[in-house]
Amino acid sequence: MSQIFHRSTNTISRVTIYGFVFLLAALGWALATWQRSGWFNRMGEAQDQPVPFSHAHHAGGLGIDCRYCHTSVETSSFAGIPPTKTCMNCHSELWTNAPMLEPVRHSYRTGQSLKWTRVNDLPDFVYFSHDIHISKGVGCDECHGPVDRMPLMFQAKSLQMEWCLDCHREPEKYVRPKGEVFNMRWQRPDSDHPVKFAGATYTDQPTMGYALVKQYEIRSPRDLTSCNTCHR
Amino acid sequence: MTEHESAKPGCKEKAAKLFSIARSGAKLDLAAIREKLSKATGPTYWRSLEELAEEPGFDEVMHREFPRLASEWPEGCSRRDFLRLAGASLALAGLAGCTKQPLEPIVPYVVQPERIVLGRPLYFATAFPVSGIARPIIVKSMEGRPIKVEGNPQHGASLGAADAHSQASVLGLYDPDRSQTISYNGSVRPWEMLQATIRAALAQQQASGGAGLRFLTETVTSPTLASQIAAVLKQFPNAKWHQYEPVNRDNVKTGAQIAFGQVVDTIYHLDKADVILSLEADFFSPAGLPGFARYARDFTSRRKMQPGVAMNRLYVVETAPSLTGAKADHRLPEISRTSIAHFIAAQLGVSWERASDGSVARASDFLQASEQPTFWPAVLEDLKQHRGASLVAVGDQQDAEVHALAHAINQALGNVGQTVTYVDPVEANPVDQTASLKDLVTDIDAGKVQVLAIIGGNPAYNAPVDIGFADKLSKAGLTIHLGMYDDETSALCQWHVPEAHPLETWSDARAYDGTISIIQPLIAPLFHGRSAHEFMAAFSQQPEQSSYDIVRGYWRSQFKGKPEDFETTWRKWLHDGFVADSGSKPRAVTVHPLKLPKPERGGHGTEIVFRPDPSVYDGRWANNGWLQELPKPLTKLTWDNAVLVSPGLAQDLRLATGNVVEIESRGHKLRGPVLVAPGHAVNSITLGMGYGRTRGGSNGSKRGYDAFQVRTSDAPWSASGVKITRVGKDYQLARTQNHQIIANETAIGETIKRAPVREATLAEFIANPRFAQEMKEEPARDETLYPPYEYKEYKWGMSIDLNSCVGCNACLVACQAENNIPVVGKDQVRRERHMNWIRLDAYNEGDLANPRTIFQPVPCMQCENAPCELVCPVGATVHSSEGLNDMVYNRCVGTRYCSNNCPYKVRRFNFLLFSDWDTPSLKLLHNPDVTVRSRGVMEKCTYCIQRITRARIDSEKEQRKIRDQEVQTACQQACPAEAIVFGDLNDKNSKVARLQAGPRNYGLLAELNTRPRTTYLAAVRNPNPELEKKG
Repeated sequence: MSQIFHRSTNTISRVTIYGFVFLLAALGWALATWQRSGWFNRMGEAQDQPVPFSHAHHAGGLGIDCRYCHTSVETSSFAGIPPTKTCMNCHSELWTNAPMLEPVRHSYRTGQSLKWTRVNDLPDFVYFSHDIHISKGVGCDECHGPVDRMPLMFQAKSLQMEWCLDCHREPEKYVRPKGEVFNMRWQRPDSDHPVKFAGATYTDQPTMGYALVKQYEIRSPRDLTSCNTCHR
Repeated sequence: MTEHESAKPGCKEKAAKLFSIARSGAKLDLAAIREKLSKATGPTYWRSLEELAEEPGFDEVMHREFPRLASEWPEGCSRRDFLRLAGASLALAGLAGCTKQPLEPIVPYVVQPERIVLGRPLYFATAFPVSGIARPIIVKSMEGRPIKVEGNPQHGASLGAADAHSQASVLGLYDPDRSQTISYNGSVRPWEMLQATIRAALAQQQASGGAGLRFLTETVTSPTLASQIAAVLKQFPNAKWHQYEPVNRDNVKTGAQIAFGQVVDTIYHLDKADVILSLEADFFSPAGLPGFARYARDFTSRRKMQPGVAMNRLYVVETAPSLTGAKADHRLPEISRTSIAHFIAAQLGVSWERASDGSVARASDFLQASEQPTFWPAVLEDLKQHRGASLVAVGDQQDAEVHALAHAINQALGNVGQTVTYVDPVEANPVDQTASLKDLVTDIDAGKVQVLAIIGGNPAYNAPVDIGFADKLSKAGLTIHLGMYDDETSALCQWHVPEAHPLETWSDARAYDGTISIIQPLIAPLFHGRSAHEFMAAFSQQPEQSSYDIVRGYWRSQFKGKPEDFETTWRKWLHDGFVADSGSKPRAVTVHPLKLPKPERGGHGTEIVFRPDPSVYDGRWANNGWLQELPKPLTKLTWDNAVLVSPGLAQDLRLATGNVVEIESRGHKLRGPVLVAPGHAVNSITLGMGYGRTRGGSNGSKRGYDAFQVRTSDAPWSASGVKITRVGKDYQLARTQNHQIIANETAIGETIKRAPVREATLAEFIANPRFAQEMKEEPARDETLYPPYEYKEYKWGMSIDLNSCVGCNACLVACQAENNIPVVGKDQVRRERHMNWIRLDAYNEGDLANPRTIFQPVPCMQCENAPCELVCPVGATVHSSEGLNDMVYNRCVGTRYCSNNCPYKVRRFNFLLFSDWDTPSLKLLHNPDVTVRSRGVMEKCTYCIQRITRARIDSEKEQRKIRDQEVQTACQQACPAEAIVFGDLNDKNSKVARLQAGPRNYGLLAELNTRPRTTYLAAVRNPNPELEKKG
């Protein structure tokens, strides 16, 4: 009796079976990569805004403190977005006729709010609180990136859950002395840049981190990764 | 808000048939139930007649997590349709997680108001007036949106408690059905045109001194409004001011008039009373006596079983079961015209005369025999033994003469000045309101009324039927109605003006004890409403005055101090929420020789009594979904009213719950569904007000029957000689009494008494304080395969005192408001899909004719060994590091395994998109700190995790621990009886830890080894040994 299948069938079936496994794995990898990409989570994407406001100019160049505009960052879950009045504090004196600022003047004149597009936007089921992060020594730039060097604001980090958990699992890797929270050029301690803090000098982040976690009474990773820390 | 009324009949009818087995109880054999109860040994606790009857349909409902067809779709959707859709959604489900988050706008202020910190609430003290009486509240405002009402802890009428009605007022504020424009005969008109019309009408009235000018208001306690009306009446001396509302206190006023020759208000001091007799005085219900919140606090302060505080004893004689009756140590169901007050008064040496015919009920008639040979003398004896520390309280619905007799009794017992005080009336102008309305209608009928301004209220709907207000209203010349809704009255008036909500305007009002509160607005009027003050101003010389100017101007004129101090004082009043020491002045009064009026005995036979609805009151909150869906405390009825009938009468007339009856009283008829109410007086039926609205908004219209159709002015609260006949088809009521029931049967069929509620008498408690813990054996702590959790910081827990809980429903609405809990509608309630996270179970014990009732609020128990956590396939419900069973909505895929595995049945599932995501005004209502859940998501109580988180963050910023009672859950904060206590169990000195260490502490179903974190304190009764002996 002759063979029903040709000998090559063996090879084809092997290739198909293994190929399918690899294909699945590849698909999974592709999905995971795509899901972490800026295309998906808008990382690195500058949004259209009514006024091309430059943090690089105001915060970096002029050295205006973050809290001049984001007033409630230390007291509330929401950092606060400046009212038109805050812009006009200076711009009623400076660049009073700049066409670029017309939307601001229009808003102030008519009482119509400026309508910005949110850049760092968490999903609605996540309850993030600025004040507690600030008071535990998490610097602005840990989450927002080098805002003082951003001519147009963009989202610097993925803002995805695994990224949040990085720090909630090992806060010692990220915390800094409270006094440096608003310092956008802060550098983690190393032997070239030792950090003096509470009578001790630190030359590496982990050692300093542990000391800070202890001093600021930062909760244990088990507490910080409880679901209700962020979801409710 | 969403009610999915079926368009196609097929599926609904099928469901209706199945439900009717368990719901209507059409086949209940009451005689058999009675026999069974009489044979039972020891106390048997039951929640409904259906449960007692062990109906086959009931069993099925109980054993299924949700009743059959609960998972069907409300509209005619077959299984095939479902599979087709399910296939499609499954295909899409994989992609759902990959949606790119949409871009969102962020809109700052132009000029940020000074005190607003974005993301942080502001609190304002104000008051919510109901029937004129201020209920002191503190309102939470998020960026200018009032979202939550709390009680005012500094105000004596609240002490921090907030009732269901005032808490639901925020939903009323955002109600999209509120009227939004001034209209003249249905077409839109500007305010200026109305002002011109009023001006012209007043010019015509000038000559006659306002002889044709009439004002009709509800009860007014507002000093400002009263002074405005007085000013107008001064200008038009022949004009008249009438007051009417259906739930009035006419009998109280007449009673005081009989006893003292003047109108005074009676204030009870329940904390000082050892023995209390209530004659239908419902001092725990928000629809009962003014001052109920304070009364509940005072009463339960004597029931905390603390050393050194003697327990009080409460006797209640009443017709329809009430909250106060449920808390009674001895309760006697009697027809409303009981003579117990006459008996006690006569025995205490009070004598009286009848105004006309002296033959009826003289004091000497009561000196011999008592109609109730055991109960009455026992109560009398107990009162006598506690002279100066006893109290006889009478409900607003009782006849004036009973009030007068009670005043005499309290005086004879030496209670005046101790447990009872008399003060100047709180009302600005106390009048007999029924007579006042009658006068008005007579004048209208005689053509004497050319201008009628109706300020608030809805008399066309709720006036006594024999007065014929609605029919005669057209005879008045110019009719103007100020009201929140375009309702029955505005339909009959030429002009309608939308009224501002109490949260939208400046005003003032007095609390039950006379304390003045300035009402301040939380938000500008959403729908261009005008306040009563602005409306009245249109009749004055300064028609354009704002509410603020009017109210502030009035108080400035009343201010006694230095003018420059006024601003500071005014700000203090606003900050505190009340004017200190402004309570009514005590009045020293003594009882005159009593001259009682001619008794109005309108025949014999069955009597009807009228009661305000515990939720929607007189119908003013008919459109409020929270209140409509709130199960009425004893009947557990939602979205409807029913004719309450005692089991005895039901048996005689062969009636069952759901049967429609026609009721004929004094020539007026109505039809409504029967509800068999255990504990109702036999020869009496109760009609609830507030339903049968024709123009009550999308939620309030066409629900239930209109009790005002048979309510006459000569018998406003009870009428004898009523005819009841069964007619037509049965009606489906949506009741929750059989929902989420805790079975006495295990899966393998053995019967175990679960003892969900535990109670003992005071004597038993003294003999064995740990009686509750000995009723059931708890498994050892190590009987689990899982390693124990370790709690380094906090370990949250809750204690609920069954002895304190009065069943007022405040916690349910508090939870609903705090946690964005949606309303599901009547049809969905019948499918057991109502969403309240905390439910109020009412357990009855004893015979149907007069059972004892114990209330048990049941939120999530936050079990240590939580059955729900083990079965979730996606880890959407997990144990937190502080002991909570977290519910992670964004992880939930809706398998409902957790709910199936929960022995307490405290999880709620969003079968449909119940939350309103579309109505713009309702979006403002949401608490921004809590997720608004979508379809297909399980939800449950989380101990108000948003409040814990906020307190934790605040305390961590200060590097300290959260203080005891710094976090209060919403239910705890609202509770008038302090029955709910929440706190940290790791802190041995916390209030909750001390309570849980106490002897009365027990865990619900703790024998299942769930180790609930919410535990209960067993109830203790204080029966009179005399009565207990005689059975």
